[in-house]
Amino acid sequence: MHRVTETAAPTDVPDIVVVNDVSKRFVIRKDNSLKERIVTLGRVGKRHREEFWALAGVNITIQAGTTVGLIGHNGSGKSTLLKVIGGILDPTSGTVARRGRIAALLELGAGFHPDLTGRENVFLNASILGLTRTETEERFDDIHAFSGIGEFIDTQVKFYSSGMYVRLAFAVAVHTDPDLLLVDEVLAVGDEAFQRKCLDKIRSFQEEGRTIVLVTHSLGQVTELCDRAILLNRGHVVFDGDSRRAVAEFRDILEDRRQDEADAAPANTTVRAGRVLSATAGAIGRRAGASVEPGDDLKVSVTMEHADGLDDWVCALQIDNALGQVVYGTTSKRLGAVLEPLRGTRTVEFILRDARFGTGKYFVNASLMDSAGRHLHDFPQATSFDVPDYDLAVGVVHAKPEFIDTGA
Amino acid sequence: MQAPIRIEVYMSAQERFRSLSALPLVTIGGRTGSLGGTFASIREIFHHREMLALLVRRDIKSRYKDSALGLIWTLVRPITQLLIYYIVIGKFLNAAAGIPDFAIYVFTGLAAYGLFSEIVGGATASIVGNAGLIKKIYIPREVFPLASVGSALFNFCFQLAILLVATIALNRVPLSWELLYFFPSLMVLVVFGTALGFLLSAANVYLRDIQYLVEVLLLIMLWASPIVYSWSMAKDVLGDTILLDIYSNNPVTLAVLGFQRAFWISGHASAEYPDQLLLRLVIAFVIGLVMLVGFQRVFTKLQGNFAQAL
Repeated sequence: MHRVTETAAPTDVPDIVVVNDVSKRFVIRKDNSLKERIVTLGRVGKRHREEFWALAGVNITIQAGTTVGLIGHNGSGKSTLLKVIGGILDPTSGTVARRGRIAALLELGAGFHPDLTGRENVFLNASILGLTRTETEERFDDIHAFSGIGEFIDTQVKFYSSGMYVRLAFAVAVHTDPDLLLVDEVLAVGDEAFQRKCLDKIRSFQEEGRTIVLVTHSLGQVTELCDRAILLNRGHVVFDGDSRRAVAEFRDILEDRRQDEADAAPANTTVRAGRVLSATAGAIGRRAGASVEPGDDLKVSVTMEHADGLDDWVCALQIDNALGQVVYGTTSKRLGAVLEPLRGTRTVEFILRDARFGTGKYFVNASLMDSAGRHLHDFPQATSFDVPDYDLAVGVVHAKPEFIDTGA
Repeated sequence: MQAPIRIEVYMSAQERFRSLSALPLVTIGGRTGSLGGTFASIREIFHHREMLALLVRRDIKSRYKDSALGLIWTLVRPITQLLIYYIVIGKFLNAAAGIPDFAIYVFTGLAAYGLFSEIVGGATASIVGNAGLIKKIYIPREVFPLASVGSALFNFCFQLAILLVATIALNRVPLSWELLYFFPSLMVLVVFGTALGFLLSAANVYLRDIQYLVEVLLLIMLWASPIVYSWSMAKDVLGDTILLDIYSNNPVTLAVLGFQRAFWISGHASAEYPDQLLLRLVIAFVIGLVMLVGFQRVFTKLQGNFAQAL
């Protein structure tokens, strides 16, 4: 694995977070009561503890005004890093230096007390996030209006629906005027309208020169919101730089892991026996490897094999864009195909008539499934095709635009 | 609903960068173990005093929310204790014979002990009880034990008011210079309780047995102080030995005796106290203060790993 650091920033923008060689060790003890601990004292006790490094030698400098995404799979250390930056965890070694006002949104409504009313909780939570009483009083009407809670503000929060709870908590958090906002997965909660509100608020935060450090599993959010992404793997910074490239790197790591897990899993023989061997994609009537123009008929051929015969099988196809967003998918079952048992090698073809994809590169994933939809074997990014540049529009869908000014 | 009104316009990105540049980069976490660290902690807590007040109010408000009698419940326990001790110990076991106004005597001791026990018990559970907050947000963790101290003091005020009303009702109003014993006694209780609260709340995170241990020790403290019997009874049994010194110099005993001198005027003529009670209280206070600083340092050392240990 390699490590890339990109530094290109105007000199007059101050650093807001400097993480210097931070390591964090966790000790997991299996004995947690006095009795157990006395029983397992000394050398025996060593066997009852396990150590691992959640972060190892992490160096990061974040400039004010940037939005940084922390990505990595579960247990890669990204949440730990966020907590260390937030001062919630002390690093085992190394230092973290910070300036300005910080708000940590590791959980919306942390510190809400169910027995207190919404109003009381607003004051409590705002003071936990660092506002003085007068500041909260000044902003209270704003917070109240933003939350949309209305008259329920004087009801105990235990009677709130989870949506109201989250709305109120978010309203408080975004009104604390932080220079640095740490966000951990909280944008994943709430209904769609609320999520949109969150994202809008994040955008206006960006405009106001606030710094945001975001932990998320939504890679789409990273490419959409972040100027920079830091990819962590087993406590190490693997990539630090452009968010699109970080996401691409992360996909590679995920794919390696998935492959390792698939290899390690003691799968049953039917599953082992079935495989997707290859796939090709191209426009009918063009040479192999040529770009696919909108309106072409796209042909995808998938070759599969099964050693001892599979009665119940379905071939599935999925097309992703370069960001990993699913743009198209279908299966032989959807198309009503009745298939003879799969024995030996077999090639099937999907013809996508009049395909109109937007500009960019697309990846084709092919899967062998059973009729219940269980994946027997996947071949991600089995093949790819390109759609040439189109000056008039962007996006994954192609349509010919026209513009008319009605003048009215 | 009224339309949202923007009271303030947030500053632009450039202004924000400029004002940020003016601020120093501050290294967070890893506070030192020196005396400077103590001052840093005090400054930090002082900075968060408003939140501390809100946490105390939260503790008090939430405890009896939705109960019809509300705060009256804080008095039920000590009054029940008073009745039991008055009847069982005072009358059945005849401990009241040598102690005039036994009810006031017992209630005075119970008020002092109750404060100590609530501070220590509440503080011990405070960090584990606020795990949700501690794992998610950084605030100086000292505020949680301190909030327990605050709510214990609030309840104590109620008991004190009842005690004063009782002395007025029984025509034993404690108006004498001896009343001043109240202040050093109170300070000894608060300082010792807070010091132990810091230590035990931090230890409880790593070893949950602590809170059960504390319950047992507090029960022992109740009977190891002259609350339902008199100091002279203990003296008769223990004699003028080192045991009596150990017994008497227990900070809770000293504070209970101080409280009795302050509020139980019936004993001024007859009751026996250890000599130089005031000096003992002052020494206990100074020791307590040293413990408070020391245990707060321990707390600071341990708190770095709270978020992962909880």
